[in-house]
Amino acid sequence: MAYYEEDDLQRFSEIAKHRPDLFEKFMSWYQACQEEGALSRREKALIGLAVAHALQCPYCIDAFSQSCLEAGSNMEQMTEAIHMASAIRGGAALIHGLQAHHSVERVSM
Amino acid sequence: MSTGLPVLQPGLNGRPRSDVDFDETLRAHGMELQAATVDTLQVNIGKLCNQACKHCHVDASPSRTEIMTRETAAAVIDAVRRWHIPIVDITGGAPELNASFRHLVQEARAAGARVIVRHNLTVMLETGQEDLPEFFRDHAVEIASSLPYFLEERTDAQRGHGVFQKSLIALRRLNSVGYGKTGSGLTLDLVYNPVGAFLPPAQASIEADFKRELMNRYGIVFNHLYTITNMPIKRFLDYLHRSGNEERYMRKLVEAFNPATVDGLMCRNLVSVDWTGRLYDCDFNQMLELGVDPELPQTISDFDPKKFVRRRIMTRSHCFGCTAGAGSSCGGAVSVTSF
Repeated sequence: MAYYEEDDLQRFSEIAKHRPDLFEKFMSWYQACQEEGALSRREKALIGLAVAHALQCPYCIDAFSQSCLEAGSNMEQMTEAIHMASAIRGGAALIHGLQAHHSVERVSM
Repeated sequence: MSTGLPVLQPGLNGRPRSDVDFDETLRAHGMELQAATVDTLQVNIGKLCNQACKHCHVDASPSRTEIMTRETAAAVIDAVRRWHIPIVDITGGAPELNASFRHLVQEARAAGARVIVRHNLTVMLETGQEDLPEFFRDHAVEIASSLPYFLEERTDAQRGHGVFQKSLIALRRLNSVGYGKTGSGLTLDLVYNPVGAFLPPAQASIEADFKRELMNRYGIVFNHLYTITNMPIKRFLDYLHRSGNEERYMRKLVEAFNPATVDGLMCRNLVSVDWTGRLYDCDFNQMLELGVDPELPQTISDFDPKKFVRRRIMTRSHCFGCTAGAGSSCGGAVSVTSF
C-alpha cells in the first residue's frame, strides 16, 4: 500500500463513516470559509495553496492548484504564493537559530 | 452551493462520473431542455483554419477541406431574409478563409441582421486579409476573438507558437479603426478558454484582469471578455485522453452541474448550420454530427423557425460542459451564480 493514493481525493467523504456529525460540521465550516467575503475567492485560493505547501499536503496542493487556476490565477502569482509559504517556513526555522545561540551561550565561557 | 474545492465534495465515494446521463441529471432537478426561441443562426462555414489550436472542438486546421459552397451560403442568406433572423453568428475554422464569407456578411447585414464573426485575429495577417478591420468596420460586424490569456506563454501553449504576438498586432489594428473603443459602436469581445483541463474563473473577475493587463502591457482595449468552458469533444478530448485527464475532467463537469445555467443555454435560442447546410442544436453537436430532432426539418433550405421553437434539444455527456459552474455559451458565462 502506498502512503498516498491520488484517488483518495475523491474519497474524502469516507471520513464521515464513523462520526458523520463531526464531518458534517467540518464540511459546513470548511465550505463557509471558501465563500467570497472580505477576501476574494482568488485570494482565498492563493492562501490555500500557500498553506498547502507549508503543510506539504499532496492532496491540498493538487486541489488548491486547480482552485487557483479556476479562480483566474496564473503560475507567476501561484509561484509567489508558494515562495511566501516557503520563505515564512524558512524564516521560522532560521529564527530558531537564536535558540541554538542561547543554548550554546548558556554553557559557554 | 459554493464548494470551491473539488477535494471536498461529499458523497462521491470515488465513483466514476463520466457515465452520468445529462437528461437524467436534468430530470433529477425537475427540468427538461427545450428551445425557447430562435434569435440566432450560427453558421459554421468550414473547418479550414490558419491555426490548429489544441482545444479546438472543430478539429479545424490548414489541412481541412470541408468548406461551405456559394450555393449553401445562398440558402443561408435566403433563410435569414425569409425569416428575419435577428442575429447571424459566423464561425469556422477561420470563416474569413471561405470565398463566400464577405458576401454572406454583406447580405446578412443588408437583410437587417446583426452579424457576429468568430474571428481568430491571426487570419488578418494572411495574404489578402489585410483589409479585414476596415471590412468589419464598414459592415458594423461584431467581433468575438479568442485570446486565452494575456500572457504569451499560455496563449501560445493553446493556440500555437507565435500566435500571441500576431494576435496583438491584429488587436491593435482593430483598435485603430475604432473596435473596442468607447463611443465607436464597434464591438470587440474577447473569449477566454482555460489552457488545460480546468474550469474558467468567474467572468467578471478575469475580465477585469484582461482589461487592466492588456491596457497596461500592450495599450489594447476591448469591450467584454467571455469565459467559455472547453468541451470534452474532438481535439480537446484527445488531449484529455492523452494526458490522463479525461475521467477527472468529466467528473469535474458533472459535479459542477449548476441548474441555474439551464435557462440561459445557447441551444435554447439558436440553431446551428454546418458547411453542408445541415441543422444542429449547437456547434458542439454539429461536430459530433448529432443533428436536430429527426422529426424536424434537417437542412437550412427547409428551415422554418416556427417549427424549432420549443423543440427538444439533443443532448450527450458533453452538455455538462455548458452547465458547469457559472455555465458556458458563445456569449460566455450564463449565470451570475456559480456552483
